[in-house]
Amino acid sequence: MADALEVVVRVVAVLAAFLTLPLLVGQTEHKVMAHMQGRLGPMYAGGFHGWAQLVADGVKFMQKEDVTPAAADRRVFRLAPAVALVPYLVAMVAIPLAPGVVGAELDAGLLFVLAASAVGVLGTLMAGWSSANKYALLGGLRAAAQLLSYELPIVLAASSVAMAAGTLSLVGIGEAWRPWWLVWQAPALLCFLVAGVAELQRPPFDMPVADSEIVFGPYTEYTGLRFAFFLLSEYAGIVVLSALTAVLFLGGWHGPFSDALGWLWTLLKTGAVAVLVIWVRVAWPRLREDQLQALAWKVLVPLALAQLALTGLVVVMIS
Amino acid sequence: MSDRPQPKPGKPGLPGLIKGLAVTAKNLTTPSHTAEYPDVEPSLPPRSRGVIALVQENCTVCMLCARECPDWCIYIDSHKETLPAATEGGRERQRNVLDRFDIDFSLCMYCGICVEVCPFDALEWSPEFEYAELDIKDLLHDKERLSQWFATVPPPPGPEAGAAEPKEVAAALRPARPRRPVRPPAGGADGGAAPPPGEQA
Repeated sequence: MADALEVVVRVVAVLAAFLTLPLLVGQTEHKVMAHMQGRLGPMYAGGFHGWAQLVADGVKFMQKEDVTPAAADRRVFRLAPAVALVPYLVAMVAIPLAPGVVGAELDAGLLFVLAASAVGVLGTLMAGWSSANKYALLGGLRAAAQLLSYELPIVLAASSVAMAAGTLSLVGIGEAWRPWWLVWQAPALLCFLVAGVAELQRPPFDMPVADSEIVFGPYTEYTGLRFAFFLLSEYAGIVVLSALTAVLFLGGWHGPFSDALGWLWTLLKTGAVAVLVIWVRVAWPRLREDQLQALAWKVLVPLALAQLALTGLVVVMIS
Repeated sequence: MSDRPQPKPGKPGLPGLIKGLAVTAKNLTTPSHTAEYPDVEPSLPPRSRGVIALVQENCTVCMLCARECPDWCIYIDSHKETLPAATEGGRERQRNVLDRFDIDFSLCMYCGICVEVCPFDALEWSPEFEYAELDIKDLLHDKERLSQWFATVPPPPGPEAGAAEPKEVAAALRPARPRRPVRPPAGGADGGAAPPPGEQA
C-alpha cells in the first residue's frame, strides 16, 4: 500500500514538473529574448511585465482550427506531436534532482534518458514525412541528417562522464562528481551542450525548421494545439537537456547546504543552462547545412573521442 | 559624413560568437529605448511634414500650388466676384473667391512643393500625422479640414545661434549714415541740409 502511494506521489511530482518547467522555460525565453532584442511586444499581455503572454499564446493556439491536409497520412500526422512530446516526460522520470528526489532511480539512468529523449526526434521525422508537403519533407530530411550526425557526439560525451564515474546511474555519476571535473570534462561538456542544442533543432542549429527558407520545416502543416505541442516538446527538450547537463557535468546537487537544498541546486543549475540555450538562440546566426555537418563530424566527434581517450587515461592513472 | 561609429575590423583573438553573446547580454541589462508610440507621443522636429494646413484668407487662387504639384492631388475651384467701386465714379474691382480647395492625401507624396511655391503663405506644414482613415476616400481633405490643421502649425523656429540677422532687423539696427557735409548752395543763405537718405518719403 505504501509502495503504491509512493509511486503515485512520484508520478504526480514528475507530471507536475513536466507541466510547469517547460512553460517556465518558455516564459523565460519570451522575456529574455524581448529584452535582448529591445522589443516591447511580449511586455503588454497582463499587467506586470507581460506575465500573461504565455497564457494568451495558449488561448490563441486553442482557438485555432485543427487542420489535417487531405493528402496527409492522417494517423501518422496526428500522432506525431505526441511522439515528439511524450518521450521527454519519460526521460524526466529518470533525472534526479538530488539522491532520492527522482521519479525512478535506475541503474542505467543515463542510457535510459538518452534513449528516451532520442525517441522525441522521431516525432519530427513523422511530421515531415506525413504532411504531404514538400517543405515539410525537406525539413524532415534535414532533421534526419542532423539527428544522425549529432547523436554520436552526444553519446560519446555522455559516455566520457559515465566512464569517469564508473557508473551509468545518474545518481551515481552525480555522487562521484568532483569540482575539478569542471576542467577535466570541459570538452565533453561543450560537446554535450552543442550536440544537445542541435538535437533539439534550436537556433543556431534550426536548419530543419529554418522558418525563413522552408516555411517552418516539418511543422509547416501543423496548426493550433498540435503545433503548440511541438513547441512545448522543444521546451521540454530544453529542460531535459539542461537538467542532464547539470547532473552530468555541473555537479547537480553539490553546493553549500547540499544536504537540505540539493534539489534547489540542481534546479538552479538547470535554469542557468536553459538561459544559456536561450541566449545562444538570440546571439548566433543559423548554421548552413554544410557548416552544420562539418561541425558535427570535423569538430565535435573528434573532440568527444579525444575526451574519451583522456578520460580513460586519467581513470586508469587514478586507479 | 555622419558621426555614426564605423564598423571596425574584427579584433583578432575575440571570436564573433563571444562578441555576439556580449552584445545581447548588454542589451539584456540595459533598458530598451524602443519608442512606445501609441502610449507616448513622439517628439517630432519642428519642420516635420505631417499634414498641409491652409490659410483660406491668404489664398488668391493663383493656382501655382495645383500646377506645381507633381502628382496633381490639389483640386481648386473658384469664381470671381465683382466688388462695387469704393468711391463714386471709381472702378469696379474683381476678386477671386475660393470655392473648393481639396488635397488628396492618398496621392500626396509630401514633397512640399506646394508649400514652397505659395507666394502668399497660404499653405503651411503641420507636424500632425495621425489622420489615418479606414476608407481611402476619407483622405481627401476639404478646405474646412485643411483650415483646421492650421491651429497645429508650430511657430517658425527662430534663427540659428550665430546666424546673420534677418535683413529687416539688420537694416533697422544699422547706424544712420553720418551727415554729409553739405555745401551751401551757391548764393543760398539758409544752408538747409538735405534730409538723410533713410527719411525720404
